[in-house]
Amino acid sequence: MNVIDVLNKEQLKDTVPDFRPGDTVKVYSKVVEGGKERIQMFEGVVTVRKGGGAHESITVRRVAHGVGVEKAFLLNSPRVDRIEVSKRGIVRRSRLYYLSDKIGKAARIKEKKATKA
Amino acid sequence: MKNILGRKVGMTSVFTEDGRYVPVTVIEAGPCTVVERRTKEKHGYDAVALGFGAIKKARVTRALAGHFKKANVEAVRYVREFRNDIDGVEAGQTVTVASFEPGDRVDVVGVSKGHGFAGGIKRHNFSGGGASHGSMIHRQPASNGDTNAGRTVKGSRRPGHYGVDRTTMQNLEVIRADAERNLLLVRGPIPGPKNALVVVRKSVKPVKVKAGA
Repeated sequence: MNVIDVLNKEQLKDTVPDFRPGDTVKVYSKVVEGGKERIQMFEGVVTVRKGGGAHESITVRRVAHGVGVEKAFLLNSPRVDRIEVSKRGIVRRSRLYYLSDKIGKAARIKEKKATKA
Repeated sequence: MKNILGRKVGMTSVFTEDGRYVPVTVIEAGPCTVVERRTKEKHGYDAVALGFGAIKKARVTRALAGHFKKANVEAVRYVREFRNDIDGVEAGQTVTVASFEPGDRVDVVGVSKGHGFAGGIKRHNFSGGGASHGSMIHRQPASNGDTNAGRTVKGSRRPGHYGVDRTTMQNLEVIRADAERNLLLVRGPIPGPKNALVVVRKSVKPVKVKAGA
């Protein structure tokens, strides 16, 4: 394996849970405010998951105070503390760009029920 | 001494400790041996000659072999001199990336990639002509200058050989120095193709530090 592949591999986190676009996740990221570091949570629907290796990123969308907010996170960034999956959604696209045109009831995503194991 | 020779490995991006995600060029740097210490008294100027890279014994010229023998070091493929930041360095020593730290500023010298005979657009960033509407001038250099002059001014930019020039990137930030694997990661691109020799020097220009960085 060449040096660059090794460097990229070292940056991968093994703590990223399994989720896909359409799922609702909570992203806990570290933010520096007034010289102090604290953890901020952002919950929303994953609309895009793109890139590979250390560069992999997600876009999370939520509607806050009536305004749509989309935030992008680098999955392997040390600033992203952890990610929790709160809901699984059923969608037929890998990029949910259509959500940004829809509001209210139209922007709902069908929820996947946990299968009996 | 923040001077070293190395081989360009390629580019990638890494996360820094403060959470930035930065583009870097990976350089396999050193370990280098100090082949010669040039002095003002003997040679007319002060410098340190560093050697880098393995070489077959049969390929070493006798002249160079004599230098290596004098310094009592292994024969190396490349020898380059450095004139800054060389205090306390003596022949026979070994130089590694351990002397570099994240945040250091360095200049990187290399030989740029060859582009062969290139036109004005690639070579001098000419804008070129219109693509359609019958313009008939697409990638030509067009005008050669003032008609009143009645001649082409010397040194005007024309198509010609492009690349394979000694090129220096100044004031690059060292992102990481990995002494175990002899790797040096500097921010941004550096000249030359992969596997090419690069010279890393302590930056000669004052460092501009961004507020809050």
